[in-house]
Amino acid sequence: MKKLLIALATLIPSLVFAAGPTVPLDEAKVDLHDKASLQRGAQLFMNYCLGCHSLEYARYNRMFEDLGIPEEVGQKNLQFTGDKAGDLITNNMSPEKAGAWFGNPPPDLTNVARVRGPDWIYTYLRSFYRDDSRPFGVNNTVFPNVGMPHVLQELQGLPEKTYEERRIDGEMQKVYVGLKTDGKGRLTESEYDQAMLDLTSFLVYMGEPMKLEQRRMGWFVFGFLLVFTILAWLLKKEFWKDLK
Amino acid sequence: MANKFVEWIDARIPMTKTWNIHLAQYPAPKNFNFWYLFGVLAMLVLVNQILTGVWLTMNYVPSAEGAFASVEYIMRDVEYGWLLRYMHSTGASAFFIVVYLHMFRGMLYGSYQKPRELLWLFGMFIFLVLMAEAFMGYLLPWGQMSYWGAQVIISLFGAIPVIGDDLTLWIRGDYVISGATLNRFFALHVIALPLVLVILVFLHIIALHEVGSNNPDGVPIKKPKGSVPDEEKPKFKFHERFTKKYDIVDAIPFYPYYIVKDLVGIGIFLFLFCYVIFFMPEMGGFFLEPPNFEPANPLKTPEHIAPVWYFTPFYAILRAVPDKLFGVILMFASIVLLALLPWLDRGRVRSIRYRSVLHKLNLAVFSVSFLVLGYLGTQPATPTATVFAQIFTFLYFAFFVLLFFYSKREKTKPVPERVTS
Repeated sequence: MKKLLIALATLIPSLVFAAGPTVPLDEAKVDLHDKASLQRGAQLFMNYCLGCHSLEYARYNRMFEDLGIPEEVGQKNLQFTGDKAGDLITNNMSPEKAGAWFGNPPPDLTNVARVRGPDWIYTYLRSFYRDDSRPFGVNNTVFPNVGMPHVLQELQGLPEKTYEERRIDGEMQKVYVGLKTDGKGRLTESEYDQAMLDLTSFLVYMGEPMKLEQRRMGWFVFGFLLVFTILAWLLKKEFWKDLK
Repeated sequence: MANKFVEWIDARIPMTKTWNIHLAQYPAPKNFNFWYLFGVLAMLVLVNQILTGVWLTMNYVPSAEGAFASVEYIMRDVEYGWLLRYMHSTGASAFFIVVYLHMFRGMLYGSYQKPRELLWLFGMFIFLVLMAEAFMGYLLPWGQMSYWGAQVIISLFGAIPVIGDDLTLWIRGDYVISGATLNRFFALHVIALPLVLVILVFLHIIALHEVGSNNPDGVPIKKPKGSVPDEEKPKFKFHERFTKKYDIVDAIPFYPYYIVKDLVGIGIFLFLFCYVIFFMPEMGGFFLEPPNFEPANPLKTPEHIAPVWYFTPFYAILRAVPDKLFGVILMFASIVLLALLPWLDRGRVRSIRYRSVLHKLNLAVFSVSFLVLGYLGTQPATPTATVFAQIFTFLYFAFFVLLFFYSKREKTKPVPERVTS
């Protein structure tokens, strides 16, 4: 039994790490209370992503309301598809043609944060790099051979993989140390990171637009349950007195 | 006025009589402990599933084209639809948690032993129907895991010789999982199986109230008529159905005593239940798997297909065997053996409190095996994981074999005459 436990203890870590992500992901510090960040994220999405990626299960007016954007302002500045504020956030790309252009039609992103997780999105958006062997001239370390161009290149510039010469076991070797942008983008590195955090936060909001309401309600429910359980406990004590 | 009304009803249906037999004058052993809570909780969760299920059905669209979008519609556009959906999805997992604990209670205290064999069998049928119900329900959101999980499980029937392929075709109603499968699963999930489930629960309770509840000491509270002096009898009035043939000792009426006690347990359970609903509905990917937020795509197989956690112990047993047919047989055997417990356990002492060290150890190893298999079933089948699954599958089955042999001549401790408090 003891031997078995020791064997278990030594082997379980190897089971756990057998299927991990290949690239370490950066933590996305998403704050759903930060409406300004969500609004900037929405702006980025509508301007850069919506051309190919829809949010087909969500509606414009719900988003405006949740993000604190007056409907007229939102319709004027953020609604480029559909004409009613209650429309779903779709685009006009036909899946057949998109499949021919990109290999696969660009996926709908309403639930992407629930499928991939915020850290994955945040890291993915910051992991494009120049790769002349790919059809769009870029590749991605998080999603190798992705069929998507670096849409945000005008903001970030075009990163390249950088290497350092390091002495390993007495030999000089080239070691991959990370991505470095060419600096031709409109944003600085930290501005770009913030922009991507905004975009990630927006997608996290999209995945569960009810999240804040849900938590708020949860506290009320806890309050109710606390009173209920205390009363039930007092009732039980009172009744069980008979049995003494 | 109220009395008149009750009399009027009682003259037409046995309302008061039923209330008395099953609640107010039902003798429950006075020494129930924590483990006796899970039956009530299972009922609570069943009611939750039925009510939230009815309301989800009002907006759900059972078609391959509409299912996924309709679930998102419920989550986003239906007032409190997200709450209904999370109550239902969390309820599914909660159902299995309380049922597994309920079954474990039966094993701890030998509740399956004579005369409760049929009670145990009804319970096992409930468990089977519950698994079918959960499996079919999981297809309905029409996400990637819904689709591929169902694909894997249904293909298991293909391992049956001769009729296998025709059988899978018959189950799916198509050559692959499709809208036809979704529609029939929907019908079974919302009508047929819940109906069977409710009937089985009814029979389970009727059987329980016929033989009476077991208790943590496994000592009967029914004594031969006339063997108990009056001063030792409880001061409560029990229904003559119970006192006609026996003297009842160490019992209290289920209502109000256990009702109020269960209310406290229900309150505590609801804290945990609501914590999941409101703060972590995916439960770290165990209750709602991340790939299931992607619509079903027959052309794209997920890297790692894992069933929901409550099936993983059995899934691990299935994968532990290299031969598919033998794996399927072993998987079903793991459940059938549980159902046969009343006959595999040939002991006369019920409660673990008075059984041998060997039995305690055996049950402990069994429980650990079940948990480890459950964990392994969620993981990719690497060679190391498979070896472990084989070891623990062996231990799982060893429980039943060992039990059969040692229980006949087990060295048990002396069992008290009356329940201890």
